[in-house]
Amino acid sequence: MSPGPNLGKDLLGLEYLAAGDIRLLLDTAEPFKEVSERAIKKVPALRGKTIVNLFFEASTRTRISFEFAEKRLSADTVNVASVGSSVSKGETLVDTAKNLEAMRIDMVVIRHPSSGAARFLAERIESNVINAGDGKHEHPTQGLLDLLTIRDHRPIEGAKVCIVGDVLHSRVARSNIWGLLKLGAEVAVCGPQSLLPMGIEDIGVRVFRRVEEAIAWADVLNVLRLQLERMQSGYIPSLREYYRVFGVTEERLARAPRELLILHPGPMNRGVEIDSRVADGPHSVILRQVTNGVAVRMAVLYLLAGGRPELAEAAKGGGAGGER
Amino acid sequence: MPPTERQQLMDAGAIEQTIHAMARDILQQTHDPAHLVLVGVQRRGVELASRLARAIADASGQAVPQGALDITLYRDDLEVVGPKPIVGPTHLPVDLDGRHVWIVDDVLYTGRTIRAALDELADFGRPARIGLAVLVDRGGRELPIQADVVGAPIAAGPRDHVEVLVRELDGRDAAFLISEGAT
Repeated sequence: MSPGPNLGKDLLGLEYLAAGDIRLLLDTAEPFKEVSERAIKKVPALRGKTIVNLFFEASTRTRISFEFAEKRLSADTVNVASVGSSVSKGETLVDTAKNLEAMRIDMVVIRHPSSGAARFLAERIESNVINAGDGKHEHPTQGLLDLLTIRDHRPIEGAKVCIVGDVLHSRVARSNIWGLLKLGAEVAVCGPQSLLPMGIEDIGVRVFRRVEEAIAWADVLNVLRLQLERMQSGYIPSLREYYRVFGVTEERLARAPRELLILHPGPMNRGVEIDSRVADGPHSVILRQVTNGVAVRMAVLYLLAGGRPELAEAAKGGGAGGER
Repeated sequence: MPPTERQQLMDAGAIEQTIHAMARDILQQTHDPAHLVLVGVQRRGVELASRLARAIADASGQAVPQGALDITLYRDDLEVVGPKPIVGPTHLPVDLDGRHVWIVDDVLYTGRTIRAALDELADFGRPARIGLAVLVDRGGRELPIQADVVGAPIAAGPRDHVEVLVRELDGRDAAFLISEGAT
């Protein structure tokens, strides 16, 4: 009999997890990689569980990745998008969720433009809540899949990882920073000063003002998407200027003292934050990230959906022992 | 806690002999050794399957492909026992269609693991036949499942525990019956 994981009811952010929990999630993702390579890509682990994907923001990759993860675990899934649902009629988040819960669901995967929306919901409903990105706060499953992808290539402990771009508005950056620091990586950020959070050095993150310095230092670059509306709001002068100063280009990488691993959470703006030749180049693991995303999400769903610790304790009392 | 009694069922020599006897039984029940596949149930079943495969290869001169099956994701009691922290790898070396597959496990008890293993194998292909070989059958079935080849049948009560050690994982070969005294 194995003890249940120490994860709690919800996955809201990597900031709230212990290093051991993060490792457990990554280790559990490993066998799920293989499930997606089978001819029949499905195991019955979550048969009978009902999962609602509640997406208040546009999302292709994350929503589909969650949906594949759910279906490959045999859960029943429903997708609710804010457009075309009662949300667009002014229903509050809690009312929407309570109504869903009244239909006896087990888990909610939520994407929401407001930071803290996932926690707000988790504290008000009994279902497991998985944060699929909340405002500028966190995107924990993206953080986990980035960790898994780095770990496929090298140990995370001691790895020098630089996050390049709009760190200020990025929930992906936040989840990465928490996860990497907890697992013992050295973390840096690089970008225009207007797009870096103030005081980030205080949590042990190094800051590079020039992308050349970041490339000279790092083992891994995680290149963030530059949201195009940042230009309209005056954070950067122009996209061309951004590419000229911060673009991760083949020429810049050619001068790196070692081979770098290149990650990007997608969707990419080719020719803005990343050169196409880098995105499609030999050191890019961008599509591997997407593949790993399904495995990581299967691991999260599987670990959260499992039995409650108190039931596991009760089961230890009698019935089948360690053997089967 | 009531006193527990630890009784050795098999030492390393007995396990060795038992595996050779099981290999002979498996060959006797197999029409064509060329179609054999041994699939061990994670984790100790995997080690036992590889020893059986060697014994069968020695006896028949025919190499036997072997795989590993982790049935965790096919269990029917996730709700009750909670998720197993680490799910082991599943690896099947050949297409199972038309093969004579033998599931190998260390201890047969309720039969629920084997039920799960049968479901999982069905998702990988359609073997011509599936057999079950276990080192220890301790009785106490909760499902209508029986082994075709049994190394050692024993009668163990619901409060007893059968522990099989294999040198690859535990440093030595042995099997124990651990009985908890009456409460």
